[in-house]
Amino acid sequence: MKETQVVIVGGGPAGLAAGIEIAKSGGQVTVLDENKKPGGQLFKQIHKFFGSREHLAGTRGYEIGTKLLEETKELGVDVILDAPVYGIFEGKTVVYSKDGKQHQIKGDKIILATGATENTLAFPGSDLPGVMGAGAAQTMINVNRVLPGKKVLMVGSGNVGLIVSYQLMQAGADVVGLVEAAPNVSGYGVHASKISRGGVPIYTSHTVKRAMGDGEVSKVEICELDERFQMIEGTEKILDVDTICIAVGLSPMSEIAWTIGCDFTFIPTFGGHVPKHNENMESTISGIYVSGDISGVEEASSAMEEGRLAGIAASESLGLYSEEKAKELKGQVWNRLNTLRDGEFGEKRKQSKNVQISRYMEDANE
Amino acid sequence: MRVVNHPILGEEERKEYVTIYYNGKPLNAMAGETIAATLMSAGIRKFRKTPKYKRDRGVYCGIGRCTDCVMVVNGKPNVRTCVTPVEEGMSVETQIGYGKGEE
Ligand SMILES: Cc1cc2nc3c(=O)[nH]c(=O)nc-3n(C[C@H](O)[C@H](O)[C@H](O)COP(=O)(O)OP(=O)(O)OC[C@H]3O[C@@H](n4cnc5c(N)ncnc54)[C@H](O)[C@@H]3O)c2cc1C
Ligand code: FES
Repeated sequence: MKETQVVIVGGGPAGLAAGIEIAKSGGQVTVLDENKKPGGQLFKQIHKFFGSREHLAGTRGYEIGTKLLEETKELGVDVILDAPVYGIFEGKTVVYSKDGKQHQIKGDKIILATGATENTLAFPGSDLPGVMGAGAAQTMINVNRVLPGKKVLMVGSGNVGLIVSYQLMQAGADVVGLVEAAPNVSGYGVHASKISRGGVPIYTSHTVKRAMGDGEVSKVEICELDERFQMIEGTEKILDVDTICIAVGLSPMSEIAWTIGCDFTFIPTFGGHVPKHNENMESTISGIYVSGDISGVEEASSAMEEGRLAGIAASESLGLYSEEKAKELKGQVWNRLNTLRDGEFGEKRKQSKNVQISRYMEDANE
Repeated sequence: MRVVNHPILGEEERKEYVTIYYNGKPLNAMAGETIAATLMSAGIRKFRKTPKYKRDRGVYCGIGRCTDCVMVVNGKPNVRTCVTPVEEGMSVETQIGYGKGEE
């Protein structure tokens, strides 16, 4: 069986950043990803990032992805693609499939960076072709350069819903409206005004009643909601659309962490159940780290920083960094993470992260 | 419905094409793209019919997580077309049920 110092599951921004940190410290590392291309969700993000002024603001998501990839190549990080991991067993043996065969690799430390998956929404007709995740539409236009439809209704006004609406418009689709169940838009105001300026009506306190069409979407019925989120009869409106995009949040992809027995805690801000972890991103199982969306759905910039943190901490515990050096490096990452979690929207995440870490500590002190 | 000009991504630069067969009919595919991308660019969105009620399904997640987009590819059922690249001469068929030929 192949052995290495660190095995990373998931080659998105978190996993790649973790791999880079370990290689920088002189460690041996293998990143496994089930996709044929590394970079996770970064490559469909064509807008400029804001956030950490230091190095990311103003750079487009896919450019950041390309940079990460170059760095992994320069540093000789071993990246194995088209390799879904389906389990981790005794003694940190990671089992994955590749070319139709089962393979195993044993690591002293393991970092889980499997990302998140989009939530769905059920309504009559929600299984019709033409109803899809906003992320799928984003992949179609920005990665494949194919329009998923011409007339689109977006459901959900978080940042994903707002950004993907705008990107659909950039790609030439007509976004006929955006529906939001809450009385207010939930994403950043700048993104919302971009699509409003583009003439997209935002229907707050509204939901989808049903999707209609013969074998694929051709119309949608929306209606108003009262303050208790009940549909108000008589407020129905029928819109001509061929595509309905669902952007109602993401949930951490945490199956592997569950199956190996990591302790979880429920934090709605982070998308639901997330593994408890300490300031080193180490889960309740010694030597197993988590980072990125799996440890709480945030954004690509924070996913990368969490990946770095996990990478540095893993290197430290392998003796590749002195305690002092590691403390300095981890401090720098924490400063950047705190900056990313500043401001009106960040504050809630900062608090939630503290809760997540304190719940780990409570257990540890019991 | 391809996005040829894009304000950020610029002009389409990929030029290489391959041919795939969709239910026997030849389709022009861009080399290296996913099967789902080729079909959607041709306006095809019904990828399979569910086993029990024979309802149409198409792409939902686009990243290989939901299996709604599976089709029979080169005779093999249950291939996730949203993460499988096209290859010259590839045959792609609508999957009915479990794809073993039952109606
Ligand atoms: C539709 C959508 C739009 C978004 N828009 C933005 C945005 O505009 N700006 C922003 O900052 N953030 C955005 N995000 C969030 C951002 O993409 C994520 O926060 C970030 O990508 C998280 O990085 P990650 O490395 O944790 O996960 P991911 O990028 O999801 O990477 C996880 C990787 O792990 C792999 N993987 C998972 N399970 C396995 C397994 N069992 N075996 C092998 N490999 C596995 C996956 O294939 C994937 O490559 C968006 C997310 C989505 C889904
Ligand atoms: S669309 Fe979900 S697996 Fe292909």
